[in-house]
Amino acid sequence: MATPAAVAARGEPAYRPRTGRNIELALLLCAVAIAVFGYVEVGINIDDRVPPDAAEYGAALGGLALVAHGVIRWRARYADPLLLPIAVLLNGIGLVVIYRLDRATPGSHAAPTQLLWSALGVGLCVAVIVLLRDHRVLRRYAYSGALVALVLLVAPIFFPAVYGSRIWITVGPFSIQPGEFAKILLVIFFAAYLAAHRDALALTGRRIWRFTLPPGRVLGPVLLVWAAFIGVLVLETDLGMSLLYFGIFVVMLYVATARTSWIVIGLVLAAAGVVLVGWLSPHVHARVDQWLHPLASVEAGQGANQIAQSLFAFAWGGVLGTGLGLGHSILIGFAAKSDFILATIGEELGLVGMVALLLLYLLLVSRGYRAGIALRDPFGRLLAIGLATIVGLQVFVVAGGVLDLIPLTGATLPFIAQGGSSVVTNWIIVALLVRLSDLARRPLPEGEA
Amino acid sequence: MSTTGRRAGLFCLVLILLLAAQATRIQVFQAKGYDNNPANQRKTIQRYAQPRGDILVGGDPVTGSAATGGRYAYKRTYPDGPLYAAVTGFSSQTYGNTQLEGVEDGILSGTDNRLAGWALWDEISRKQHPGGDVHTTIDKAAQQAAVQGLGNQKGAVAAIEPSTGRILALASTPSYDPGSFAGTSTADQHAWTELQADSDQPMLNRALRQTYPPGSTFKVVTAAAALAGGTVTDINAPTGAPYPYVLPGTTTPLVNDTSACNQPNLDLDTAMTLSCNNVLGYLGVQTGLDKMVAMAQDFGFNDPKLDIPVRAARSNFDTRMDQSQLALSSIGQFDTAATPLVMAMVAAGVADNGTVMYPQLVDKLTKSDGSTVQLMRPKVYQQAMSPSVAGQVQQLMTDVVQNGTGTSAQLPGAVVGGKTGTAQHGVDNSGTPYAWFISWAKPAGSAAVPPVAVAVVIADSDATDVTGGRLAAPIARSVMQAVLAGKSQ
Repeated sequence: MATPAAVAARGEPAYRPRTGRNIELALLLCAVAIAVFGYVEVGINIDDRVPPDAAEYGAALGGLALVAHGVIRWRARYADPLLLPIAVLLNGIGLVVIYRLDRATPGSHAAPTQLLWSALGVGLCVAVIVLLRDHRVLRRYAYSGALVALVLLVAPIFFPAVYGSRIWITVGPFSIQPGEFAKILLVIFFAAYLAAHRDALALTGRRIWRFTLPPGRVLGPVLLVWAAFIGVLVLETDLGMSLLYFGIFVVMLYVATARTSWIVIGLVLAAAGVVLVGWLSPHVHARVDQWLHPLASVEAGQGANQIAQSLFAFAWGGVLGTGLGLGHSILIGFAAKSDFILATIGEELGLVGMVALLLLYLLLVSRGYRAGIALRDPFGRLLAIGLATIVGLQVFVVAGGVLDLIPLTGATLPFIAQGGSSVVTNWIIVALLVRLSDLARRPLPEGEA
Repeated sequence: MSTTGRRAGLFCLVLILLLAAQATRIQVFQAKGYDNNPANQRKTIQRYAQPRGDILVGGDPVTGSAATGGRYAYKRTYPDGPLYAAVTGFSSQTYGNTQLEGVEDGILSGTDNRLAGWALWDEISRKQHPGGDVHTTIDKAAQQAAVQGLGNQKGAVAAIEPSTGRILALASTPSYDPGSFAGTSTADQHAWTELQADSDQPMLNRALRQTYPPGSTFKVVTAAAALAGGTVTDINAPTGAPYPYVLPGTTTPLVNDTSACNQPNLDLDTAMTLSCNNVLGYLGVQTGLDKMVAMAQDFGFNDPKLDIPVRAARSNFDTRMDQSQLALSSIGQFDTAATPLVMAMVAAGVADNGTVMYPQLVDKLTKSDGSTVQLMRPKVYQQAMSPSVAGQVQQLMTDVVQNGTGTSAQLPGAVVGGKTGTAQHGVDNSGTPYAWFISWAKPAGSAAVPPVAVAVVIADSDATDVTGGRLAAPIARSVMQAVLAGKSQ
C-alpha cells in the first residue's frame, strides 16, 4: 500500500472528491436494461415473440442515455448521479407501457412518436447543460419569462377545445400543450421574485390576531399572478394545471418566508377558487361527483365510467400484477395512454410495480430537494425546490386522480404518459436539476472550506 | 430556508405515501369487490380467453369452441345442440351458464383448483389452465331414440341404468339450440329473446325441472309399499278391495277407466294389469300414510336436493293427508307430482331388486390431457324394499306389458316390465291428460339386473285418445331397444 505521502510524491492529488459518474453509468445501463426487458416481455406476452425492433429501441434509449451521460461528465461532473438514471428509467417504462397499449389499439403508433419526443427532450436537456453554465443567469430573464408563460397559457384559448379543455395549440399534425413549458418559466419567476422579496414578505406587514399579513405592495403582485393564472386556467378548464401551479406557488412562498400565514392564505384562496370553479363549471361539479361515487354509473346501470374502469384495472392487478401485456386496461378508453397510464402500470405490474414507481418519483423529488437545501444562494435553492415540487405535486395530482384519492383533474404523469410537451418539459427540469446539483455538490475551492 | 425546505420535502413525502396507501387499499383490500363487479369485464374476458373444455357423450364431444375474433376470444358451439340441450344446458357469453355447463363450470372453464399442478405457483404466475372435460353417462343411441320418439310432442324422457344409477338418456321437447345465443351479437340476443317469449317453453328441462302428476305409474310405488308393509302377501290372492270404493269420509266413489275392474276383491296382479283405481286406492289407505310416504321418499320423492349433479326439481308426495286424499295420492293424483327422473328411479329401483341408486349424469371429470380429476362411483340412494318384494313388483310390471295396458312396450327377445299412466289435470280435469309410461327391460333369459329403466311423459298431446300405453310406451320401447341393442353388440 502506498502511503498518502507517497501518492502525493508521485504528483497525484491526495484527495479526489467523488463525482459519482461511474455509479451513474452503471445505473444507466441497469435502467436501459430494465426498459429493454420490459419491451421484450410485452412482445412475448402479446405476440409470443421478441418485438422485431427491440434492438433498435434499446440502442436508441441507450444512445440517448449515453449522450446525456457524456455531456454530464464533460460539463457537470459533480451532478447528482441519480437524476439521469431515474429519468431514463421512467422514460423507458413510459415507452414500454405506451408500446404495450399501442398493441391493444390497432393502427396506433404512439410509442415511436414518444421516442422521438424523448430524443428531443434529451437534446434540450443536453443543450441546457451545455449552454447554461450558471443558473443565476436565469434570474435576469425571470420577468420576461413570466410574460412568455402568460402568453403560452393564453394562446390555447384561440384553438379548439379537445375533450372539453382548451390546453392545446394545434398546427397541422402537431399539437403541443404550452402550459407544460410555462411551468418551468413560472417556477423561475417565482424563485427570482421570492428570492428578491423574501425579507419583505417574511418580516413586514400588519399583524391580525396570530398571523402577520404581508404589506399590500408585496402581496399585490403575488395575488395578481395568482388571479391571472387561475383565471386563464379556469377558462381552459385545465384543473390539473391550476391545482399544480397553485400548489407550487404556496410551497415556494412557504419555503422562502417560513410564514405559516402563507399556507393559511393559500388554503383560503384555494378553497375560494375550488368553490368558485365548482359553482361556475358543471365539468368540475361532475368530476367531484365521480370522485365521491366512482361506481354510481355502474349502479345506475350505465356501465363503468373512466374512474370505475381505472379502479377495476388497479384491483385486477392486485399485488403482483398480471404481467406486461396481459391486463385489460385498454377498457378505460381514450385516455388510457395519457391521463390514465398509471392504471396500466397498476394492472400489469401490480402494487409492487406501483410502489417501485412511486419510490422512483420520491427519489427524484428528494434529490431535487437535497440539491436545493445544499445550495447557498436563495434563488438556486428556491429554483431546485420549486422544480422538485413540480414533479412531486404533478405525480400526486395525476395518480391521486386515477386512484380516486382526489377528484380527477387530468394531467400527465411525468416522463411516463404519452405526450411530447410533457416529456420535453420534464427533461428540461432534469437538466436544470443536474445543473443545480452540480453546483451544490461541487467541492469548495481551496481556502474557502 | 433549509428548515422550511425540509418541511416542504416532508410534505411531498407524505403525498407520495398517501398514494401508496391508496394503491394498497384498492389493490389489496378492495380488489375482490372490484374484480367481482358486474360492470367489470375482466372475469368474462378471462373466462372466454381460451377454448372451453368439452362435455362428452360416449367419449365424443357434443360441444365445441369457436374463435370469435372479438374481446371474448372463444365462444361455445353445439354441433348437435337441440339433441343434447337437456344434458348440457348452455354457456352463453351474455346469459351465463346453466345445468352441466353451469355446475361443472370450474372444470370446463379451467378455474377449478383441481386442475392446478402447483397451486401456489399457479396462483403467483396467474397461470390459466386449459379447460377440462366432463364425461357424461349418456348413451348416444338411447338419447337419439328418446328425442326421435318424442318428436314434436311436448314431453320428456329419463332413462337410467338401474344397477349404477347412470343416466342413459335425458330428453325434453320441444328443445332449443344452446349455440344460438352463445355469443354477444344482436343475432344471439334476438335468438334468446325469442326463446324466452316462446309459449312452448323450449328452454324448460322437462325431464329434470318439471313435475307432473304421475297418475297410474305411481301404482308401482303403492304396490311396493303394500307388499313391503304386509298389506298384500300374495299378488294373486284376493285383496279384499271393495267395489265401488267410496273415498273414506266422502260419498265419491273412485271410478275406473275400464269396466273389467268393476268387481270387488280383485287380486293385486289383475288390478295392476288392468290399472284398477279402486284396488290401489284402497291398498294405499290400508297400507297407511307413514308407509306410503316412506316408500315414496325411498324412490326420491320429497328430496329438495336431488343433484345429479344438476339439481332436479322436488317431486312431491304429501306427508299430511286424510284418508280420501291418501287414496287419491296412491293412484298418483291429488298433490302427487313427479319429475320424469324420479319416475325413472321408481322403475330402476324395482328392476335393481329394490336398491335405488343415486342418479348420475357425470361419469368422470378429466384434465385436458385426459388424466382423471374425479371418477364418479355408483352410490346407493335407498334400499326401498327387499329383493323378494322387488321380485313380486317386477312380476306385476311384467304382466302389465304382457297382458295389460302396456302391451305396446313389448320387445321381441326381451323381458319388459312397465306401467302406464294417464294423469288428469286442469280445472275439473279439463286439460289434455298427461300420458306416462315407466318401464325396464332385459334380454330374455338373463338373470342379471335389467340394463335400462325409463320414464316417459307426454304433456298436452294433440292426440284424441290420450293414454300412456298408446303415446308413451312406444317411446320407452325404442329407448330400451336402443340400450339393449348396444349391450348385445
